[in-house]
Amino acid sequence: MTTSAVLMALARRAAILLASVLVASVVIFLFMTVIPGDPAQVALGVNATPELLARTRHEFGLDRPLISQYLDWVGGVFSGDFGTSYVTREPIGPQLVDRLGVTVWLVGTGMLVALAMAIPLGTLAAVRHRKPSGAAISGFAQLGIAVPAFLAGMLLVQLFAVRLGWLPSGGWTPPNQDAGAFLRGLVLPALSLGLVQGAVLTRYVRTSVLDTLGQDYLRTARSKGLRPYQALFRHGLRNAALPVITVLGLQLATLLIGAVVVERVFVLPGLGSMLLDSVASRDLLAVQGIVLVLVVGVLLVNFVVDLLYTVLDPRLRGS
Amino acid sequence: MTVLRVDELSVSAGGQSLVRDVSFQIGAGERVGLIGESGSGKTLTASSVLGLLPDGLHATGSVRLGEQELLGASERTLSRLRGMEISMVFQEPMTALNPSMRVGSQVAEPMLLHGTRPDRRAARSAAVELFDSVRLPDPEGTARAYPHQLSGGQRQRVLLAIALANDPALLICDEPTTALDVTVQAQILALILAATRERDTALLFITHDLAVVASVCERVLVMLDGEIIESGGTREVLSSPRHEYTGKLLAASDLEAR
Repeated sequence: MTTSAVLMALARRAAILLASVLVASVVIFLFMTVIPGDPAQVALGVNATPELLARTRHEFGLDRPLISQYLDWVGGVFSGDFGTSYVTREPIGPQLVDRLGVTVWLVGTGMLVALAMAIPLGTLAAVRHRKPSGAAISGFAQLGIAVPAFLAGMLLVQLFAVRLGWLPSGGWTPPNQDAGAFLRGLVLPALSLGLVQGAVLTRYVRTSVLDTLGQDYLRTARSKGLRPYQALFRHGLRNAALPVITVLGLQLATLLIGAVVVERVFVLPGLGSMLLDSVASRDLLAVQGIVLVLVVGVLLVNFVVDLLYTVLDPRLRGS
Repeated sequence: MTVLRVDELSVSAGGQSLVRDVSFQIGAGERVGLIGESGSGKTLTASSVLGLLPDGLHATGSVRLGEQELLGASERTLSRLRGMEISMVFQEPMTALNPSMRVGSQVAEPMLLHGTRPDRRAARSAAVELFDSVRLPDPEGTARAYPHQLSGGQRQRVLLAIALANDPALLICDEPTTALDVTVQAQILALILAATRERDTALLFITHDLAVVASVCERVLVMLDGEIIESGGTREVLSSPRHEYTGKLLAASDLEAR
């Protein structure tokens, strides 16, 4: 396939991504306008006079037609301006960026933990599926799936923070302030998010590798003189990766949601805790912005998964 | 000179016996057919020779390649022989190649693995030469193709090139033409014949197609329910079968008509 064809395919995917983001922004905006609650009322309290309410509504731009409100919001978002909070009267954008950083660190390290656990364990479980060690890994993974992330988090805190005192039970230090404290603070949240996902992923890796082990081309590889593990690494893992990556994309979306809870447990100033705070204070414009960022995150992950697929599987590249 | 000597080979799974007391020899350059219906133990016999029996199956007896005993040999020893002294072409060309690797690299691999070519470059150009010798169109371009870009017949030629890469002493073909259409079958058979003659390679050819055996093999072994029930020169066995089952196979194949 030529370079220009690659670029064309890439451009098509990017256009689809952009269109999805636009549709999502419309849905989110409409959803926020139909749910009951008047931002001006929230901002001013129950004792506000009708005149003051009307003036504040005008100030927020809530008396304008919906379409111009939407265009204003989306136009701002594309230039990084998420509007001004109805509650704190501060710009939402900068805070969103700060919080997003925390969540990206959390989800990223959580995913690394999951992968670091699932790839070796799942492969081993598949190779040894007839032996007790393989069955033990599968059983352990099954157990891990049954544990919700917040419970894993609380158990980890109980053991490593309360009993052993090795790691902090919560809080956040930015990486540029104190790298050591930053890493120590990230260990438990990343583990509680990653271990559970890792257990789920282990099962998928096992199934996929097991399936690959039974393929004819692995027998061909053995007949060339490759040892069992050589054959698996050179010919099996790349092919086994395909179905796993699909699941991985879905899991990243799950991790974003899981992060909301884990941030609460570990008192991390991420997007999740910002979302919960904003919902509690009925800061609708902030909620709207956070939800949009989360949705764009999930769409981006799918975009990357699609690209990875074409990189790994020549059959999807077209000829 | 005897290349392969199989003595009282038996294969069992748990308590169940699948192949019993199979004995035969193949000399250098000799072409031996192994025929019988599905499930008669042909493929298990071949897999035992290669040491690639499916999990849970166990072989006893003796399989000697030259002076080397293969049954019970270490994985290390066997992996040095596979692809070097013994190679195999399998039945299903559609699934026997790695879908995510260029076919040129798949042919170069056994040469690099066994060190018969000094480097990647030399192995690559040897692969292209092999593609030419198995009559693949545009050998250079084919080497860069992925399996899904080739037809079934072309893939089987690639697999044959892989098997021949290191000039093995013994080539095992397990129903190599069954999955292909008739015109392609004849071409692949001609290639196998030419390649083994040229290299003086011993051939163990598994098939259920008597016409194929008649055109390729000098001797034939007939298997039924895990045992060899008849063996001899292809012409003798096919013209005057001694065993009732061979007669039935012959009758069913309408070999006379061809």
